[in-house]
Amino acid sequence: MKYRIRGRVWKFGDDIDTDVIIPYKYKARTLDPKELAQHVMEGIDPDFSKKVKPGDVIVAGKNFGCGSSREQAPIAIKAAGISAVIAESFARIFFRNSINIGLPVLEVKGVSKLVDEGDEVEIDLAEGVIVDLTKGLTLKATPLPPKIREILEVGGLVNYLKKVRASHRS
Amino acid sequence: MTRYPYLNEGLSMGVKDIVEDEELTFAEKMLSIKQVEGGEAKRAGEIVVVSVDLAAGQDGTSPLAIKVFREMGGDKVWDPSKVLLVIDHTYPSSSPQISNLHSLMRGFCREQGVRLVEGSIIHQVILEDYASPGMLIVGADSHTTTHGAVGAFATGIGSTELAAVWLEGNIWLKVPSTIRVNLSGNLPKGVYAKDIALYFVGHVGADGANYMSVEWRGETIKELSIASRATLCNMSMEAGAKNAVVEYDQVTEEYLRSVGRGPLMIVRSGFKASVEREIEVDCSKLEPMVAAPSRVDNVKPVTELEGTPIDQAFIGSCTNGRLEDLEVAAKILRGRKVKEGVRLIVTPASRRVYLEALRSGILETLIEAGATVTNPTCGACVGTHLGILGEGEVAISSSNRNFVGRMGHPSSKVYLASPATVAASAIKGVISDPRCFL
Repeated sequence: MKYRIRGRVWKFGDDIDTDVIIPYKYKARTLDPKELAQHVMEGIDPDFSKKVKPGDVIVAGKNFGCGSSREQAPIAIKAAGISAVIAESFARIFFRNSINIGLPVLEVKGVSKLVDEGDEVEIDLAEGVIVDLTKGLTLKATPLPPKIREILEVGGLVNYLKKVRASHRS
Repeated sequence: MTRYPYLNEGLSMGVKDIVEDEELTFAEKMLSIKQVEGGEAKRAGEIVVVSVDLAAGQDGTSPLAIKVFREMGGDKVWDPSKVLLVIDHTYPSSSPQISNLHSLMRGFCREQGVRLVEGSIIHQVILEDYASPGMLIVGADSHTTTHGAVGAFATGIGSTELAAVWLEGNIWLKVPSTIRVNLSGNLPKGVYAKDIALYFVGHVGADGANYMSVEWRGETIKELSIASRATLCNMSMEAGAKNAVVEYDQVTEEYLRSVGRGPLMIVRSGFKASVEREIEVDCSKLEPMVAAPSRVDNVKPVTELEGTPIDQAFIGSCTNGRLEDLEVAAKILRGRKVKEGVRLIVTPASRRVYLEALRSGILETLIEAGATVTNPTCGACVGTHLGILGEGEVAISSSNRNFVGRMGHPSSKVYLASPATVAASAIKGVISDPRCFL
């Protein structure tokens, strides 16, 4: 996993649900992340997938990813090129799913008021520090418990389990 | 406090101590007892690795879990008897692509010797065939919280995690803090568990119980059936809950006897346990409630929305597609007609519900009134088939979510309500108070 991320901010509001992140009709028929990515955030902005550039960052309000357990939501966000999601808070299954597929998610109190769309931000994942380069602001993320950080650091639960199982065998 | 001590006989000393500890909540007890490595009681906020009694998945989440299971180097699931796959979200399939994903699930179940159920909603299958007090259930479906209705600890997970559980038989969970909802007073005419649940979600907000364990308690609970309790636990998820629970009592005991199962272990929340929040709800003051578009917590009494024109009325889903839901709809629709131009879609939650509704004449009443009865599926609720809304169309639905585009076109709108309110609205063609039909 990349420890330093730099990208442009796309802003979303509170309670962004997984149905607007990726509607069921698309996720029902495919496991292909690229196809899912074409429809990401379609419920809010139909052209979002065309506008996003690799490395961009989503900044949102509270309860990001509420609703269904669909892992296709963080998968679609990641496959669209988004490098991290920063929010006031996350819904619990979305948060777990993101860690498990290796999409960095950072809980930062006050971020939705301090950072604006189009701002350039740099994230230090190891330190949990976000710098808004446009505004010259430094923000701190709520630290992750060690076990969860370990999963994220190896790129998700698949790699983590491979590692754990390999160490059991040796 | 243990009214049924005999059931917990034979528990090891460590487990017994935790079960009887009056300072622990239901969630703290359950997750402490289920720790893979055993050990002491854990409190809210701590992370535990727990063993799983049932790992369930549906056709929206299992195909991805199967793919990930292979990527993890998975060969055999840890215990085929503890794994359940259900094809419900789009059943029968509505496209070749979806059919291919269903085939993937069938092949996996054959290869692994795992039970596959087709054409009943996952949570109804679990309630009918699996859920027991003291069980730890994970499901790759957010509404897995439903099974607290019979005293299980049940929570929703994602696909990758489901694959990991298939592989290892365990999962890490953070012990949630607890929110207690004390229900008092008799439910007035025309007010049901769904109205309590909508009131609750409206009161605490869509993230009001995020990461938390919801304990539904109080004198009113004792009067509620397992089906109604399932509605409460199911909808707790709409406030973000990790799990929800109704304590084991006479109603649970009778339900388990009727489905031929016994409890594994009876776990009650300790009376001295510390909880983060307590909410009192006087049910006798509640009215029929409606969640207006497009937020589950945008809840108002039906009287404020009466007269809103609708195109579709839907009765079904894991929230309200059980026999008592169809029964109340039939009571209201008996001898009446669905308004011309409005479609009423009724989707029983399972084959068993379907058959019971058929045999008791409920379906006949509904069809005579003009309803279209579909096979059991999640179809309309999740917007895949059998009742998709077009541009600008409006639905009133007994399901659980009214998000933008949930049931069809992004410009369509969904109002959530009880089956009674949905049935009354279908008759009038506008959102209506069910009390005038009862």
